[in-house]
Amino acid sequence: MMNIENTEPTIVAFCCHYCAYAAADLAGSSRLQYPPNVRIIRTPCTGRLEVDFFMKAFENGADGVLVAGCEEGSCHFKEGNLLAKRRVNYTRKLLSEAGLEAERLRMVNIGAADAQKFAEHVREMVETVRKLGPARLKKATNQG
Amino acid sequence: MIVAERKSIPELVEILKAHKKILVLGCGTCVTVCLAGGEREVSIISSALRIASKVQGLGFEIDEFVIERQCDNIFIEQAAEAIQKCDAVLSLGCGAGVQAIAERYPQKPVYAGLNTAFLGILEERGVWAEKCAACGSCVLDKYGGICPVTRCAKHMLNGPCGGSREDRCEVRPDRPCAWQLIYTRLKGIGQLDRLKQIESPKNWRSSLSGGPRVIIREDHRI
Ligand code: SF4
Ligand code: SF4
Repeated sequence: MMNIENTEPTIVAFCCHYCAYAAADLAGSSRLQYPPNVRIIRTPCTGRLEVDFFMKAFENGADGVLVAGCEEGSCHFKEGNLLAKRRVNYTRKLLSEAGLEAERLRMVNIGAADAQKFAEHVREMVETVRKLGPARLKKATNQG
Repeated sequence: MIVAERKSIPELVEILKAHKKILVLGCGTCVTVCLAGGEREVSIISSALRIASKVQGLGFEIDEFVIERQCDNIFIEQAAEAIQKCDAVLSLGCGAGVQAIAERYPQKPVYAGLNTAFLGILEERGVWAEKCAACGSCVLDKYGGICPVTRCAKHMLNGPCGGSREDRCEVRPDRPCAWQLIYTRLKGIGQLDRLKQIESPKNWRSSLSGGPRVIIREDHRI
């Protein structure tokens, strides 16, 4: 039997190329410590992300999904991060309808130089998901 | 177009819980355009149902398929194999689509995954508004192309009601007063005179009050 307490949660982080991804990079090169559970996916803008992307991340085994975009008002494409915020909110509602905790999906805003903030957000996300326990959707196939 | 919106996941779970192999069937026409039942929504709703199934131990096996038009037999045929394989169909078509599938497959449970709401258009991104109630005898010619039957909350043919504030409807202040729109439009096209004409009550026999409607074109029958 799997010991749930010891299972490390898997976090998928969709990071905007212009801010959070750069911040994650900087965190790495500055040797800032953040939990290794996070799988980073670079996106040209968080505005590219759709509801289905988040749903598929969970279906394919993510225990938590972090969406990291630019600070509000400084999106490289003007308002991509605001569009993402709406989609994240919609998905959170959909997830809780399906019986999964909405807190497993979170959007944060980070500047390109905010390596420290990035590391903090990842830590917080891991902490939240650890408290909630695994999403138990791993190896999801057609069979529900 | 026909405008619809999805039912909630708990509602769908309640509808589907007696079945195992479920086909989520989308429609590529109206409900695709109003973002309720096209390919993308089939994918999202299927994911939500799979997640619900895992979390709640429902044992669903969800398949996905989309056809061009559910209200047309020629297209329904393309889904034949997928429909044969499943225990039940969750149709993301409008009410007509759901019934077309059910008529074609008398042995197969077919359920509506959407609430079909109205005939309308996209007003702005993410906002659809009702424009026509399919009353069966159109009076748009008299009102500058703005439908008082649908867009006036009191369905007044001789309006306005006297309750509108600024240009807002008193029943739904988030919507414009249809009669304000009619006035502005008739003025714009130089037909304000039309408003001097008192319209007699509408004949509703062509609408739902005459029972289910059918249109027969003898010239097209074989
Ligand atoms: S008058 Fe009847 S048919 Fe014409 S737009 Fe209004 S509801 Fe539709
Ligand atoms: S305010 Fe205008 S649209 Fe609303 S009920 Fe009165 S006439 Fe109709």
